[in-house]
Amino acid sequence: MNRRFVFSIIARLSLGEGALLLLPAVVALIYGEKQTLAAFLISAVIAAGAGMAVLLLIHPKDSVIYAKEGFVIVALAWIVMSLFGALPFVFSREIPNFVDAFFETVSGFSTTGASILENVEVMSRGCLFWRSFTHWIGGMGVLVFMMAVVNNVTDRSIHIMRAEMPGPQVGKLVPRVKDTAKVLYLIYVALTVIEAVMLIAGGMPVFESIVHAFGTAGTGGFGVRADSIAGYSTYIKIVITVFMLLFGVNFNLYYLLLIRRFRSAVRSTELWCYLAVIVSCTAVIALNVRSLYASFWPALEDASFQVVSIMTTTGYATADFNQWPELSKGILFLLMFVGACAGSTGGGFKLSRVMILFKSIGSELRRMLHPRSVNSVKFEGKPVDKTTLNSVYTYSAVYVLCGAVVFLVLCFEKNFDFEANFTAMVSCLNNIGPGLGAVGPASNYAAYSWVSKLVLSAAMLLGRLEIFPLLIAFSPSTWRRRLK
Amino acid sequence: MKIIIVGCGKIGTSVIESLVSEGHDIVAVDQDAETLHALGNIYDVMCVCGNGVDCETLEEAGVDRAELFVSVTGSDEMNMLSCFIARRMGARHTIARIRNPEYNDKSLNTMKQYLDISVAINPELFTAQDIFNSLRLQSAVNIETFSGRNLEMIELIVDPETKLDGMSLHELKRRYKGDYLICAVRREDEVHIPGGSFVLRNGDMIGLVVPPSEAQRLMKMLGFVQHQARNVMILGASRTAYYLAKMLIASGNDVKIIEKDEERCRQISDELPEAVVIHGDGAEQELLFEEGLGSADAFVALTGIDEENILISFFAKSRKVPKVITKVNRGELADMAVRLGIPSVVSPKKSVSEILTRYARALKNSLGSNVETLYKLMDSSVEALEFRVSEDFIGLRIPLKAMKFKPDLIIAGIIRRRRPMIPSGEDVILPGDKVVVVAAGQKLVDLSDILR
Repeated sequence: MNRRFVFSIIARLSLGEGALLLLPAVVALIYGEKQTLAAFLISAVIAAGAGMAVLLLIHPKDSVIYAKEGFVIVALAWIVMSLFGALPFVFSREIPNFVDAFFETVSGFSTTGASILENVEVMSRGCLFWRSFTHWIGGMGVLVFMMAVVNNVTDRSIHIMRAEMPGPQVGKLVPRVKDTAKVLYLIYVALTVIEAVMLIAGGMPVFESIVHAFGTAGTGGFGVRADSIAGYSTYIKIVITVFMLLFGVNFNLYYLLLIRRFRSAVRSTELWCYLAVIVSCTAVIALNVRSLYASFWPALEDASFQVVSIMTTTGYATADFNQWPELSKGILFLLMFVGACAGSTGGGFKLSRVMILFKSIGSELRRMLHPRSVNSVKFEGKPVDKTTLNSVYTYSAVYVLCGAVVFLVLCFEKNFDFEANFTAMVSCLNNIGPGLGAVGPASNYAAYSWVSKLVLSAAMLLGRLEIFPLLIAFSPSTWRRRLK
Repeated sequence: MKIIIVGCGKIGTSVIESLVSEGHDIVAVDQDAETLHALGNIYDVMCVCGNGVDCETLEEAGVDRAELFVSVTGSDEMNMLSCFIARRMGARHTIARIRNPEYNDKSLNTMKQYLDISVAINPELFTAQDIFNSLRLQSAVNIETFSGRNLEMIELIVDPETKLDGMSLHELKRRYKGDYLICAVRREDEVHIPGGSFVLRNGDMIGLVVPPSEAQRLMKMLGFVQHQARNVMILGASRTAYYLAKMLIASGNDVKIIEKDEERCRQISDELPEAVVIHGDGAEQELLFEEGLGSADAFVALTGIDEENILISFFAKSRKVPKVITKVNRGELADMAVRLGIPSVVSPKKSVSEILTRYARALKNSLGSNVETLYKLMDSSVEALEFRVSEDFIGLRIPLKAMKFKPDLIIAGIIRRRRPMIPSGEDVILPGDKVVVVAAGQKLVDLSDILR
């Protein structure tokens, strides 16, 4: 393995994080928060200094990498980013415990939105901005960001991109990885800016608009108020619903729209399935919760917001759905597993994987009925090749296994019941944020022990990176020099 | 510049490799998903799986915005058709691989015109030309010609018989007067653009620019063994063999072709009645001796199997055949064969990628002094380029010694009104001239790129 190159990439990344940490410092400066400003400046110096030191010590001989290096780079990058990202919370004494700060940062980068904060509203502006900004960076991916801005990372950066971008099949939009990364970020930035402007137009203060735009864009879910979005106007709720929906769509479709290939964009079966699931679930839940509301419209409003928020794995809330009837809770719980479209900023199992799994069930049944029949699983009008199918099956198995291990560790907790533990696991592994019961939208993860918090942090990273990068980075045979 | 390449076999891959290193945006189209997957892992290209004739596939590849469309699948007809469709769908220039002799001999120009194909490439024909050139000068590893054969680039290996070892280029020029220039030297994987004080050593590979009329005399003078091939034995009746035999016969050589497949033997003997066609297995030593391997001036291995070509070439070399040329399709094997001691290895991929590189560079630079010819020498580390000088070249009418050139390049020749000359410091460049530049480690697009 090309260790030197791996480490030099990580070093360049932490150098970059040092630069990114200056942004919340500017925010702290604007709002006159001296202690926060100092915390961010110190963290920036530490992150950049560590990066510089490694860069000075290690000189890669070449930049040839293979799939293995791609996975390792991505896994290490995210861990290192989260470690440095947690520093300002500790230094500013706003989250004095490092494990708590790490949990909060991982939750930010992995766009989960699960929080250990008892009271968000006392946090400084600088920290609130950084929390949401981690969502925004993590949504599209830190390494994709690096590839978009840094010239010529390596000729084979496709391996890194494939490891970081979620979904069963990662393709390019344009011939070069760098240009693809640029196009993706361009769409991402444009949509974020439009949302922020629309929120400001709706009367939301500028700071809150930006924070919520970041939270929606990364499908994260960190806000600035204890009751999430519930206290805002109907217009704001609708804008956020629409943008959550938009950020859950495969970004390739936006590119197709940009190059005016409308027909190809509209033909996407995943898109239609995504919309159909949202519309039908919204309808059922709206009817189910109708009795809790004075009229139908607010019920529909909250139902649609919650369905979209959970399906895209954002995790904002306008209502405490913990109080909703069992049917509604059940539907929302199942939606946690489905997740958004592949190639979006949303997490979860990914709709396209679910569709491929269901289609392979059909094809397997046909094969059982007619053992000699030849049939293939088709997705988006094209047959899915064996490797992709296999990776979907393997991913499902590993996904269940990881969930089981995380859940088992949580079961050691004395103060949490089955519902809370199980939904906490599901919610973190799928990067949603709130669960049900004791970890519902109106509560938080603060009461968990530090072991559980670390395990849940791991679950969030596993979910965001789709498990394999971390598994590969931590399996000993990856690092062994022998030919085994 | 956006380039679409249909067909990712050996030729397609080498084309992609050279065009990616030129910095173009490449879309690769092939029907085999696994080939594409492997390709996408190595090169930064976009892969589209599908049939290159299918409009939908072409649309997905973005043919309407493609500057250049290259179709190099194994089928001539498919290449022609996909180029035709791509042209209709908006590709600016199209290049098709057309290798069937029936199309090439007679109707190529008409067909190109009707189908609106910019360039038809025939790798087998290029290879045959390469081999034919190097057969003319026996000790040359490789010969490339510029501008209507007015100037040649000869690659040679300095061996003990030549007495060049330990001689500086100044001294060489003083002892052996004449119109020639040593413009590149490769010594143990390192390439130099030599100055006058550079000292040659045994084992160096040198690149020599010389007018063809001088070539024979110069080689003799420098002490390279000279003996023109008259009897050429060709192993394998491939398409390349057909083109090569045709050229050799036309210039008065005796050709003997050995081929395993009887049907193919009959076919080629119909096409080339002057050639002696032997039906037999070239791996049988007895057969080779019987057919006069010992008295052949040159042996050319052109079967479709690389390993067989390499092995039998070693055998021919051990039997003291003066000139042995081997065709090796796979690049990796070609490197190995050269390292093991077969000096003359030809590969159809090299000439194709040279032509495409040149074409793409000329497209990129449609206004300035265009690249007319491009050769890659010494494992592609050195490029020899021929530029047509346009009116707006900034170095017009300035003596060469007064110009500030970039390092690692040299002006190797100027062709003025079809007359070649090896320039000295006093010479000037005039509009309409053709200038041959040899450069190491850089990619020149315009003639003005040579200046600092």
